[in-house]
Amino acid sequence: METGSVIEVINVHKSFKTVQAVRGIDLHIGAGQFVAILGPNGAGKTTLVEMIEGIQQPDKGEIFILGKTWKGNEAYLRRLIGLSLQETHFIEKLTVWETLRLFASFFGIGKERCEEVLHLVAMEEKRKAWVVNLSGGQRQRLALGISMLNNPRILLLDEPTTGLDPNARREIWAILNKLKDGGQTSMILTTHYMEEAEQLCDYIVIIDHGKILKQGTLNDLLGEILDLPVKPAEIRKITLDDLFTSLTGRHLND
Amino acid sequence: MIERISNSQLFQLIMANMKELIREPGVLFWGIVFPILMSLGLGVAFTKKKDVITHIAVVGQNHLMPQPTDTSSLLLSFLQTNKASLEKSSQGFISRRLTIPDDKLGNTTFIFQAMDWQKAMVLLKRGNLNIVLDEKHGIIQYHFDPMNPDAQLIYLKLSKMFNASGPVIREANTEINPLTVSGTRYIDFLVPGLIAMGVMMSCMWGVSYAIIERRAKKLLRRMVATPMKRSNFLLALITVRILMNFVEAGLLFLVAWLAFGTTIQGSVAALITLFIAGNLAFAGIAIFLASHTAKTEIGNGLINALSMPMMVLSGIFFSYHNFPEWSISTIQKFPLTMMADGMRSAFIEGAGFAELTMPIIILSAIGVLFFTAGMKVFKWY
Ligand SMILES: Nc1ncnc2c1ncn2[C@@H]1O[C@H](COP(=O)(O)OP(=O)(O)OP(=O)(O)O)[C@@H](O)[C@H]1O
Ligand SMILES: [Mg+2]
Repeated sequence: METGSVIEVINVHKSFKTVQAVRGIDLHIGAGQFVAILGPNGAGKTTLVEMIEGIQQPDKGEIFILGKTWKGNEAYLRRLIGLSLQETHFIEKLTVWETLRLFASFFGIGKERCEEVLHLVAMEEKRKAWVVNLSGGQRQRLALGISMLNNPRILLLDEPTTGLDPNARREIWAILNKLKDGGQTSMILTTHYMEEAEQLCDYIVIIDHGKILKQGTLNDLLGEILDLPVKPAEIRKITLDDLFTSLTGRHLND
Repeated sequence: MIERISNSQLFQLIMANMKELIREPGVLFWGIVFPILMSLGLGVAFTKKKDVITHIAVVGQNHLMPQPTDTSSLLLSFLQTNKASLEKSSQGFISRRLTIPDDKLGNTTFIFQAMDWQKAMVLLKRGNLNIVLDEKHGIIQYHFDPMNPDAQLIYLKLSKMFNASGPVIREANTEINPLTVSGTRYIDFLVPGLIAMGVMMSCMWGVSYAIIERRAKKLLRRMVATPMKRSNFLLALITVRILMNFVEAGLLFLVAWLAFGTTIQGSVAALITLFIAGNLAFAGIAIFLASHTAKTEIGNGLINALSMPMMVLSGIFFSYHNFPEWSISTIQKFPLTMMADGMRSAFIEGAGFAELTMPIIILSAIGVLFFTAGMKVFKWY
C-alpha cells in the first residue's frame, strides 16, 4: 500500500442476500483531504462508509486505516476516528451536556473538551435541553459534536445534513469548514447534495449501484462537462448535478 | 479523584441509565407504585374478615308480619324476640333483617324476605339465594340443595341460631379461633412472590428491552464505535437495575410492614443473598433474550413469552400446588418459582442459609450460564 494515505480501500465488495451493495470499490485518501461520496439512495454509500468505520466487514477486498487493518487494531483505531452514523437516536431523556459527557467518557476525555465542543457546534444555549426536545438540525449538530470530541484524525460522516433546511445545513458547513482550515483532519462525508460536495470537499467520488462512476477534484469533474453536448454559453450554469444526470440518466435526488 | 471517577466510562454509563430511569414517570409508576398498590389491594381484599349478608326466602308473609288471624308463628316470635328490624321495599316486599355480630369471623346478616314459592324458585335458580324457609303446623321447614355447601352452611347457622334458647346472641359452647397469625395470611404469601416477580419484570424490561431498543435506534452501534468497553455498557445496565430493584423491594416490604405487619421471620442475610442471586439469574436471562434482535416488537414478544407463563405458573398469586401433580416438578425448576419459593420460606417459614443455599447457587448459575451464552451470540453492530 502507498505510504502517506490515511485511508486505503482496495477492491472492496459487500452483498446482502440478494443485493450487491458494494461491487469493487478502490479509494485512496490522503492526510487533510476532505472527500465527498455522492450518490442516490441505495447507491452503497452507507455500506462503504461503515466498512471503513469497521462496523461492517467486507466480503472481499481490504481496508487500511493509517496503514492498519481493523482486525487486531480496533482499540487503537477507535481512538483516532470520529464518526456519525446516518441515523442515531441518542438517549432521549439525557441533556445535551450529559450526552457529550457520556461519549467523552468513552475516550477518557473530561469536561473542558466538552465545553469546547459545545461551543464549536454552537449549542451552549441547549446545554440543558433533553435530546428528545431538540430540533432535527440541533440533533445533527449534537451528533457532529460527538464525532469531534476526540479531535479525530479521521472524521467519517454519513449524510450529516440530510433532512435539514438550507440554514441548518449552512451552519453545519460552517463548522466543518472551520475544521478543514485546521488542516489536522481527513474527512469522508456522504451526501445527496451537490452543493454540499462543492462547498466542503476538494475530492469528489460519485457512486451508484455499488460502483464508482467518476472521481476527481471539483475542477476535474467540471472538466467533464466539456464532453457533454451543451453549448459553451450554458457551461457556467452547469453543475455536478447535471454531470450526475449525464452519467446515470437520473437525477441525484431521485 | 472525584474528577477521575466522574470522567470514567462506568460512572457516566451508570448515571445515564439512572437518569433515564428516573426521568421516565411510567417506569416509576409501573416499577414501584403499581406493585405496592397491587399488594395493598389484594392484601386488603383477602386479609380482612368479611361481613356476610345472607338472603333467605320465607314463603308466606305471615311469618314476618304480625297477622290478626294467626299469631302462633314460631319464626315470627323468634324474630320479634331478637328485635329483627322490619323493612318494606318500594315494591311492597316485606323483609326482616337480623345481624349477628362476630369480631372474629365477621358479622353475619340474615335478611328474611317474604315471597311466594314461585318467586323463591326463580331466585334460587339464579343463585340470588340458597335456602327457602317455610313453617307449617309449628315446624320450621328448610328447603335447599344438600350438594350446595353455601346452603349447608346457612342451614347450620340458622338451625344453631334457632336452637339456642332465649336470646340468640350469646357465647356458644364451642370457641372458634380464626387463623390470622402473621405468616398464614394471603398477604404474607403474596409479598415475597410480588418481590420476585418485580425483579423478573424489571430485568426483562430494564435490561432486555433497553438493549433491544438501543440496538434498534442504532445507539448501540454508535457507542460500540468508540473505545467504550462493552462490558461496561452491560455492567451499567445491570447495576442500575439491581439498585432499582432493591429500592422497589424495600418500599414494597415497608408498605406491607406498615399496613399488614408483614415481617421477615428467617435470616435477612440469606434473604438478601437470594435476592441478589435472583437478580443475577434474570439479568443473565435478559441479556440472552436481547442478544440478537434489533426489533422492539420481537423483543416485546420474547419478553412476554418468557415472563407470562412464569407469572401464571410460578405461584405468585396462588399456590402452584393447585396444578396437576405431573407439572409441579417442572414448575419448581422455573427461576421465578425458585426465587419466589425461596423468598417466601425466608419471609414466613424462618428459612436461613441452610435452606436457601441451593436456590442461591442454582439461580446464580442460571445467571452466569445465560450471560455467557448471550455474550457468545451478542450482536453489537
Ligand atoms: N443490512 C442490510 N441488509 C440487506 N440489505 C441492505 C442492508 N444494508 C444495505 N442494504 C442494501 O444495500 C444497498 C445499499 O445500501 P446503502 O445503505 O449502503 O445505500 P446508501 O447509498 O447509503 O443509501 P441512502 O442514500 O438511502 O442512505 C441498498 O440496496 C440496501 O437496500
Ligand atoms: Mg446511507
